[in-house]
Amino acid sequence: MIITNIETVPGMNIVAQYGLVTGSTVRAKNAIKDFGAGLKNMIGGELKSYTELLSDAREEALTRMKAQAQKLGANAIVNVRFATSSITVGAAEVYIYGTAVKVQPKG
Amino acid sequence: MSDLLLLLIILGITFFTGSFIEKKHFEDIKKREIALIRKPIINFGSTTWDTNRKITKAELVTGEVVISGDYFKNFVASLKNLFGGRLTTFESILDRGRREAILRMREKARGANFIINTRIEAIMINDTYSKESVPQCAIIAYGTAITYE
Repeated sequence: MIITNIETVPGMNIVAQYGLVTGSTVRAKNAIKDFGAGLKNMIGGELKSYTELLSDAREEALTRMKAQAQKLGANAIVNVRFATSSITVGAAEVYIYGTAVKVQPKG
Repeated sequence: MSDLLLLLIILGITFFTGSFIEKKHFEDIKKREIALIRKPIINFGSTTWDTNRKITKAELVTGEVVISGDYFKNFVASLKNLFGGRLTTFESILDRGRREAILRMREKARGANFIINTRIEAIMINDTYSKESVPQCAIIAYGTAITYE
């Protein structure tokens, strides 16, 4: 599965398109790690446990989007966009969407 | 009285920890940015790059970071909120976060020639309605890494 966030796949021709595919996930941190982040919050800097949470969520959303595209028979997703929103404190939603297409090498 | 003393102690500690962490982080960012200086990132897509060369690989790369301010910065900002103007303490947090996210994205695409169509997303993940809460910012940078033959 080729994923790009431009309108095409370089070096390939789009032969069919299957419409929008999406993947989303909402993740919350456990209370113990939240407490650690609360302390880190006071002194400043990167919140590593939250970064981990965010990259897990991104991975999960991507996987779901890929599964959807695979079901449609696509072999690439183009023009992928990320959207994020915070639902409550300590929880974040990652939403990924793109267009599922079938590509073939040029020539 | 003891409340005020506690506040002063917390402010003192967080001032030092916050500025220490920030200084180290900026040094680290600068070093890594210099190391990657020959690998351009651009934020337009489509067909404006060198199309004469054959592209063998195009893939999505991402970089993410969650960064928070410190108590002292938040305190200064809430004071400044009364008068308006630039909140330099928050500017530096967002600046660090964005540059870090972009750097992580670029470091993931080490084998690629360059990254096109870079986009940056940022959200506040904490309770922005309560005045005491220190801002926490989640930033995702993403783009398409292009590798030439």
